[in-house]
Amino acid sequence: MLGRTANALFWMFRYLERIENTARMIDAGMRMALTRDLVASEEEWRSVIAAAGLRDSYDARHATCTGLQAWNFMLRDKDNPVSVLAMFGQVRDNARQSRNAVTGELWEAVNDSWIQIKKLLARPVSEQRVGEALSMIRQAGTLAHGAIVGTMLRNEGFYFARAGTYIERADNVARILDIKYFLLLPSLTYVGSSLDTGQWDTILRSVSGDRAYRWLNAGQIDAKRIVEFLVLDTRFPRSLAFSHGALREHLAALARIHGTECKANELMREADTRLSQIGIDDVFDRGLHEFLVEFMETNTAIGLAIAEEYRFHA
Amino acid sequence: MSGQNEFFDEMHVPDGSIRNAYRDYHAWYSEKSAAFLKRKHRDAETAFRRTGITFNVYGESEAEERLIPFDMVPRIIDAGEWRRLSRGIEQRVRALNAFLHDLYHRQEIIRAGRVPQRLLRDNAAWLRNMVGFTPPGGIYTHIVGIDLVRTGPDEFYVLEDNARTPSGVSYMLENRETMMAMFPELFMHVPVEAVSNYPRRLAKSLAACAPPATRGKPVVAVLTPGMYNSAYFEHAFLADQMGAELVEGSDLRVINGRVAMRTTRGYQPIDVIYRRVDDEFLDPLSFNPDSVLGVPGIMDVYRAGGITIANAPGTGVADDKAIYSFMPEIVEFYTGEKPLLPNVETWRCADEDSCRYVLDNLAELVVKEVHGSGGYGMLIGPAASKSEIAEFRKKLEAHPENYIAQPTLSLSTCPIFTDKGLAPRHVDLRPFVLVSPDTIDITPGGLTRVAMKKGSLVVNSSQGGGTKDTWVLKD
Repeated sequence: MLGRTANALFWMFRYLERIENTARMIDAGMRMALTRDLVASEEEWRSVIAAAGLRDSYDARHATCTGLQAWNFMLRDKDNPVSVLAMFGQVRDNARQSRNAVTGELWEAVNDSWIQIKKLLARPVSEQRVGEALSMIRQAGTLAHGAIVGTMLRNEGFYFARAGTYIERADNVARILDIKYFLLLPSLTYVGSSLDTGQWDTILRSVSGDRAYRWLNAGQIDAKRIVEFLVLDTRFPRSLAFSHGALREHLAALARIHGTECKANELMREADTRLSQIGIDDVFDRGLHEFLVEFMETNTAIGLAIAEEYRFHA
Repeated sequence: MSGQNEFFDEMHVPDGSIRNAYRDYHAWYSEKSAAFLKRKHRDAETAFRRTGITFNVYGESEAEERLIPFDMVPRIIDAGEWRRLSRGIEQRVRALNAFLHDLYHRQEIIRAGRVPQRLLRDNAAWLRNMVGFTPPGGIYTHIVGIDLVRTGPDEFYVLEDNARTPSGVSYMLENRETMMAMFPELFMHVPVEAVSNYPRRLAKSLAACAPPATRGKPVVAVLTPGMYNSAYFEHAFLADQMGAELVEGSDLRVINGRVAMRTTRGYQPIDVIYRRVDDEFLDPLSFNPDSVLGVPGIMDVYRAGGITIANAPGTGVADDKAIYSFMPEIVEFYTGEKPLLPNVETWRCADEDSCRYVLDNLAELVVKEVHGSGGYGMLIGPAASKSEIAEFRKKLEAHPENYIAQPTLSLSTCPIFTDKGLAPRHVDLRPFVLVSPDTIDITPGGLTRVAMKKGSLVVNSSQGGGTKDTWVLKD
């Protein structure tokens, strides 16, 4: 397979993942804002923008932060290079670039979704339409995943795509946790007293983990347990441990196909070992922020090693 | 334009009966309800948009992808007609290839005075790098599209030879796929020659021209200028169907005397490259130095037998419109036979007498740029306004050598489906031909282009033309 095609598949699924997570964050923000007064709601939307890593570009554009402004910025603003609209354009471009490496079903899933999403986001998204928009966006991801798992040959293209999904998921979840946690810090000085359970609920919702968490913890909102759930629980498909476990498997499959291991496999093994040997108390002893920063750096390094080993660029 | 009946209608005889080729189809069609047909008509558009069969139009601000309109009424040719056409096409393609070989070697045809030297001298597509070099297998035009028009029951003319990079074959294939998906029962009743094996035959034909450096099974790749090119869909489609890699210039590099592509396992040599990049951009070392679409050094590798380029560089010299007017002589010179398919009468404005005739009759003629394509820069006299003609006259007087003129042909019509039922529209036909050292392979049918606007004679997709599935009936 061409290095450029491998790159296109990898990034196609990275963008799809980031799009899904963006939609989830908006969804969580809406839920939160609904239960707040106007001032608190503005704060909530600012924190959604921050969790998406868009604070600077957003502030350059808007002074206020209503829900309407926030989600339109995240979904379709021309000044936001990682808006859902811009990223979906990238997804489709990447799919076109790798047209002869993806199945007809996958191409049609992506192309169909693109046609609908482009239409949907052609004009500002009102309160009445945002719910429909978010569910359609999430559905696009689900369709693409269903198509790739159900129809694609298990050759290197498949593993590059899957690796893209998990490396992006690990990054996004770590980032959401880091930024949200940072914003919550003041309240953490009162650990054990009055936790803002609503905020923690938002974090869980941002990664679609609210139900699973409640189910496992009998509805108890507990900061440490939530972090443990999102970082270390290998049963939850969006936890850091799960994402890296899956990433490791897919990189191992690539090594098998190529008959040789590379630096990415080595980095992966080290990262995985670290993650499997620590407990949640170690994470807090070191500092969650420090832990997450290191995790994201390793994740980035793995991404670069993949691009280099498999000649993504000339 | 005057009434319809002066044009040859391929489905209806003036007395109201149905021509043989269309008899089975028409019987089927007549039984269908208007609601059924309308629904199918809508389904077709959705199907095309979903599969992403689009083309990009140059000069459109948004660089958006557009759909070529598809009409669901097939264009039908009977077996006997097709046999006659094939013979003529094969003869023409053989002559084109021999002509190219001659031009880049001894130039017998010029020595014999049948084609003037100036045609080469003034031809931008002529490549000095190709002189004295014979491409692997001796083939210049691996893939050819011959544009035909029909004017009567047995009257077909060649309108144009597309010898460099004929496009549109993906529409031929997808049109058939769509028709079979929409009307499976129709194909059970009417025996139609298949077109679906074109990609396999293309792959085989390309592999048969592998260069001397090939080791083992030839590695074939399709070279595209990239996804913003108007025909990108087709490039990707063909690569996919052939199981070949779809490469861009940035994927390629010359290594150890071979052209190699950057794969996830490192650089791997390519044996045959089906390029959809123009000569000018093929090799920045030999041609346009600013090109990023090609491969620096590919021409040296080519000349040393390290790669086959299809179609061969310099092939365009045979398909410009000034050469076209000499095709009857060319066919006769190389095959020793009279051309089976006639040319459209053509005045070369480079000749003073012809030019005067053209200037005097602009309102009746079609005038084309010698090097133009895609229906751009041409004048259709009968359809043009006085001021358009006056403007064109100035251009023609300034550079007569840039133009040829032809009579306005009475192109045949074939019905299209409209909200008000069937309505005749003008059509042309582009059959696709594959040339390898031992065979000339013509896919039955080809691409029918249809002017969707009533009375229009312009079938080019860039000018709003559409396409139809083309059927050749089995004997």
